Amino acid sequence: MKKIFKNQIALALAGILAGTSAVAGTLVINGDTSDPAPKAAFQAVIDGFEAENPDVDVVYNLFDHEGYKAAIRNFLSADAPDIAFWYAGNRMAPFVEAGLFAPIDDVWADQGLYSLMASSAPGMTMDGKKWGIPYTYYNWGVYYRQDIFEDLGISVPTNWDEFIAAGETLKANGITPITIGTKYLWTAGGVFDYLNLRTNGYDFHMALTSGDIAWTDDRVRATMANYQQLIDGGFFLENHAALSWQEALAPMANGEAAMYVMGNFAVAPLKELGLDDSSLGLFQFPAITPGVPMAEEAPTDTIHLTAGAKNVADAKRFLAYAARPDVQTAWNKALGQLPTNAGAGVTDDKFLNQAFSMLNNDAPGGVAQFYDRDTKAEMASIGMEAFQEFMVKPERLEKILERLEKARQKLY
Amino acid sequence: MYSYWKNNQLKIAPWIFLAPGIFMFSLYVIFPIFQSINLSFYQWDGLGAKTYIGAENYIELLDDEYFIVSLKNNVIWLVLYLLAVPAGLFAALFLNQTVRGIRIYKSIFFFPFVISQVVVGLVFSWFYDPSNGLLNIILEFFGFDTIAILAEEDYVTYGIIAAGLWPQTAYCMILYLTGLNSVDPEQIEAGRIDNARGWRMLWYVILPQLKPATFIAVVVTIIGALRSFDLIDIMTGGGPWGSSRVLAYYMYEKAFSEYGFRMGYGAAIAVVLLLIMMVYIATILYRLYQDEKGS
Repeated sequence: MKKIFKNQIALALAGILAGTSAVAGTLVINGDTSDPAPKAAFQAVIDGFEAENPDVDVVYNLFDHEGYKAAIRNFLSADAPDIAFWYAGNRMAPFVEAGLFAPIDDVWADQGLYSLMASSAPGMTMDGKKWGIPYTYYNWGVYYRQDIFEDLGISVPTNWDEFIAAGETLKANGITPITIGTKYLWTAGGVFDYLNLRTNGYDFHMALTSGDIAWTDDRVRATMANYQQLIDGGFFLENHAALSWQEALAPMANGEAAMYVMGNFAVAPLKELGLDDSSLGLFQFPAITPGVPMAEEAPTDTIHLTAGAKNVADAKRFLAYAARPDVQTAWNKALGQLPTNAGAGVTDDKFLNQAFSMLNNDAPGGVAQFYDRDTKAEMASIGMEAFQEFMVKPERLEKILERLEKARQKLY
Repeated sequence: MYSYWKNNQLKIAPWIFLAPGIFMFSLYVIFPIFQSINLSFYQWDGLGAKTYIGAENYIELLDDEYFIVSLKNNVIWLVLYLLAVPAGLFAALFLNQTVRGIRIYKSIFFFPFVISQVVVGLVFSWFYDPSNGLLNIILEFFGFDTIAILAEEDYVTYGIIAAGLWPQTAYCMILYLTGLNSVDPEQIEAGRIDNARGWRMLWYVILPQLKPATFIAVVVTIIGALRSFDLIDIMTGGGPWGSSRVLAYYMYEKAFSEYGFRMGYGAAIAVVLLLIMMVYIATILYRLYQDEKGS
């Protein structure tokens, strides 16, 4: 989701060339772990697997994170590796429907994953089969300046009125309540997801993102009315449409803004900007409609057996290895994220502990993947663009909803 | 056989020399054009089977407000980008003098064309930055409100074009500088004797001699305007809410980006872009043909 400019077409071509033809005992994996931490973390997983299975030689083709999204379409149909990285939810639907991923229910059964990975199982299920192994996920929530809240005597808001009141207090003290950078759109998708999950609940949200509900529905309007309350109240950072999510970190770090609706990956850069466990905190997005069960966002990253795999036996051994609790514990420790296997341990970290408990105890409504993973890809780009436009031009609400509805009718 | 070769040697030889070029050009340019036109009548996600849907992609285009916005922006690009031609001419006239170190100044003026468009885009993004950008620091100094040019739907396209004009002006300048080298000094002298100076000298004596340079400058600028892609991708990614897209970028988004993969629809956009380009390409080819005939 982090958008960097890369020549995707060139990478797509590189993908065709890089696909290696496997011989027996060779396991080919294509992945997108191009950032330093994920790269090192996955290398450790490969090393561990090779140490336990000396007869298998793992060939790992590493792609740039952004270029991978285009490359995977080419290499899956042209020269498939045995295992490919991807994402859960609707994002994997095109590959399952095109018959490019293979089901691995036997691995799930052998490893007892139906119970150990119960929480991520829905995101891996299509046509009643399991299509991959989730290896990590991360929480979303409201990251906030704990020290500023304490100085101003604001307590952590648990419902909408408290949230609005907290924002008013911050504004009265010259602090922007919520920082956000919508240049690359998806950050606005996160805000919409939470508002809709809290206003209408998980089931409605999933029906909306699956295209079963009209965007001109009154319940969507209720969500947008809450959104508008934040916009009209001046809760969001000015000029957010010109900023990337990283650029929007700065106002939070230097105390000009106090909250950020974000994923766990924002913690590391915020700490680099000088915040620590005492000045940075996390709270669950507050309830809006009383009685609607709290649901959370937790995008899951996955690995899949491809339909064109040449070394299916070793691929399944690797998938089983990647699902194991001890492997997931170490892997996610290196990633700074949460393991999907309930038997795995969570790294002792303030934010991970809190997130783990939030997802497991305080999210009875369900766990959504994220707007751009729950919706069809083309609808996602139109939708997130609409949220950005709405945040700057709220008076166009009617036109925006009509446009979204038109797109929904065409795409679903 | 041998005598046939002997009799027609002069006719056949050029075709033999042209053959490799014609082959490459057909394979990599002509053939893909027809492939794209064919693809634009299909619905295809790049993975599964193609479905023939006739002109439906084109009908959808007519009703697609993002397409209309992109088309409108393409027109703005075409018109404003041509400012690079007069700007390049004046930069060239200014630099066309013999002063100590003039080569250094010329190099500095030419510099923006040498650096990558990506760098130009980044430099201008920082220049426009709402909180720390130079533009807003200057505006604030003179007591104006700050403005986030790249986040305003009404200004964003102009902001990107301004960035694009920087290297394009340098390019036109170089074309004119070389043109000025071949201006006939005798004609200038004759003009002087007839008391032509300043604007009249430029308009009636210099410019007619720069006609070939002007022709090339206009052609490369128009093609540059229609190809505009990298600056948009770097500076805004088509935003805010799609208001800085042009056809080339929209085609890329629909066909190849993370949320796209509607190959048929992308191909239909590409065909429209091709038709617009054909207007210019045909004009240029016709003029070249006329010139050849004339000589």
